[in-house]
Amino acid sequence: MAITREEVLHVARLARLAVTGAEADRLREQLSGILDYVKQIDRLDTRDVVPTSHAVEMGTPFRDDVVSPFGDREALLSNAPDREGDFFRVPRIIED
Amino acid sequence: MANVPAHEWTLLEAARRVREGEVSSRELTEALLARVAALNPRINAYITVLPERAMAQAAACDGERAKGSLRGPLHGVPVGLKDIFCTRGVRTTCGSRILHDFEPPYDATVASMVLSAGAVLLGKHNMDEFAMGSSTETSHFGVTRNPWDLSRIPGGSSGGTAAAVAAAMCFAGVGTDTGGSIRQPASLCGVVGVKPTYGRVSRYGMIAFASSLDQGGPIARSVADAALLLSVIAGYDRRDSTSVDVPVPDYLAAADRPVRGLRVGLPKEYFGGGGLDPAVRAAVERALSALTDQGATAVEVSLPHTEYALATYYLVAPAEASSNLARYDGVRYGHRAEGAAGLIEMMSRTRAEGFGAEVKRRIMIGTYALSAGYYEAFYGKAQKVRTLIRGDFEKAFGQADVLLTPTAPTPAFRVGEKTDDPLTMYLSDIYTIPCNLAGIPGISVPCGLSAEGLPVGAQLLSNHFREETLFTAAGAIERAIPLPRVAPLTG
Repeated sequence: MAITREEVLHVARLARLAVTGAEADRLREQLSGILDYVKQIDRLDTRDVVPTSHAVEMGTPFRDDVVSPFGDREALLSNAPDREGDFFRVPRIIED
Repeated sequence: MANVPAHEWTLLEAARRVREGEVSSRELTEALLARVAALNPRINAYITVLPERAMAQAAACDGERAKGSLRGPLHGVPVGLKDIFCTRGVRTTCGSRILHDFEPPYDATVASMVLSAGAVLLGKHNMDEFAMGSSTETSHFGVTRNPWDLSRIPGGSSGGTAAAVAAAMCFAGVGTDTGGSIRQPASLCGVVGVKPTYGRVSRYGMIAFASSLDQGGPIARSVADAALLLSVIAGYDRRDSTSVDVPVPDYLAAADRPVRGLRVGLPKEYFGGGGLDPAVRAAVERALSALTDQGATAVEVSLPHTEYALATYYLVAPAEASSNLARYDGVRYGHRAEGAAGLIEMMSRTRAEGFGAEVKRRIMIGTYALSAGYYEAFYGKAQKVRTLIRGDFEKAFGQADVLLTPTAPTPAFRVGEKTDDPLTMYLSDIYTIPCNLAGIPGISVPCGLSAEGLPVGAQLLSNHFREETLFTAAGAIERAIPLPRVAPLTG
């Protein structure tokens, strides 16, 4: 199943991955090969099959909606690549 | 036993000696740190070694023991963790550049359970980046070498843990398994590795790859050691919404039980393919004889959808990964690209610089399979095939208590041998992947050596929450086929 270079670039944008031209070409080739391989599941008739989202069946567990403070704000913020006081700092969000 | 150097003791032996005061935790930890210092430059099993922290923990354990108190069954015994488990204040990289300086603000449940049991943390083990790989070659921190032959890979993604255990650079370790990442490296390094039932071991603080498949489990040099370590890390955790609240049985006792009357199923699809190395087949046949000689009965079973498992996995796992790895955006922690003009550019370049080729490939496949117009044809279809694969196992466990298969189609391959062809690399997990899709437990136990002297493992699979059966059968194989527990360090 051939995937086009344009599709590769579109998916890379969705995934927020900057790719070079050479990378896009290599990915096009590798992804086409992998998609060819995985497409073999089309041979199976699954019309009446219920999908599995979790292997061990269990209901959704509930808990009380109670706030439990983490406590160590500094440990969280100290990992930030860039910060200003108690805030994470990022480049401008609205581009011109 | 007197002549066996301390680092070669089993986990049980080391724990007993510390408990009974024959050796101090400090002596043991010092011996292991010396072993790591001597071997890690060649094997690269550890990304991070923690000499000061380990010695301080050991001193605390000795102090408590002197006052008559023991933390738990691993009191004072040095172990390691795959660098996928968050450890508070200790760098946790997941083998990736994007987390090269990440210091988690909390401990994974697995880490806190191992520590509460009294274990001393020696360091964090190397792994394929984000657990995506079968050879530990995708690690940002360099390949780990197989201690049985340093020109070969240790398997992956928990290759650092398997190599560290095999080279006696820790008494045991905890890895993770999404498609074989505990069992395949255990097989290739000649040690025991357990992938528990999905939901048996908490995933809290275990960096997510494919959430519906990921499961932590022990890697150790004996079946009993693996059983002990699983009993330490298993159990319900309210912080993991997929954790299952069922009692933890006495796994250690299960390792000594007789196999008389046990029905051992041989899935014909696992022995038919052309990719199975004759030496692996012969070793697994010896494992079967070991079981039948002790009174187990062999029965042929069929898992007819086996040929679709790899394709299903390579849709489900990348789809979940593409979603899980969306969090690495350079905002709150980890690597950030310099000099971007806007937020989107910063994120796209951060991820381009921070992730390696295999991780990018899987993010791309997963994003594609989940994207508008393709979701039903790929991810939706794969989830349905997953139901068929689970159904195969349900039927097989009506005829057999445990299934016996090869763990990996071949012994360890050479460094660089498969890095150029992703699909060929993926085939090394062909026998381990169906177990994750079905959520059942599996173990790899050493059962022989190839002509070149490389280890071969047998895989045993049982029904959900029947880990005891795995330990019973693996224990019987281990007793019947004596093999070296510590790798010879050649090549």
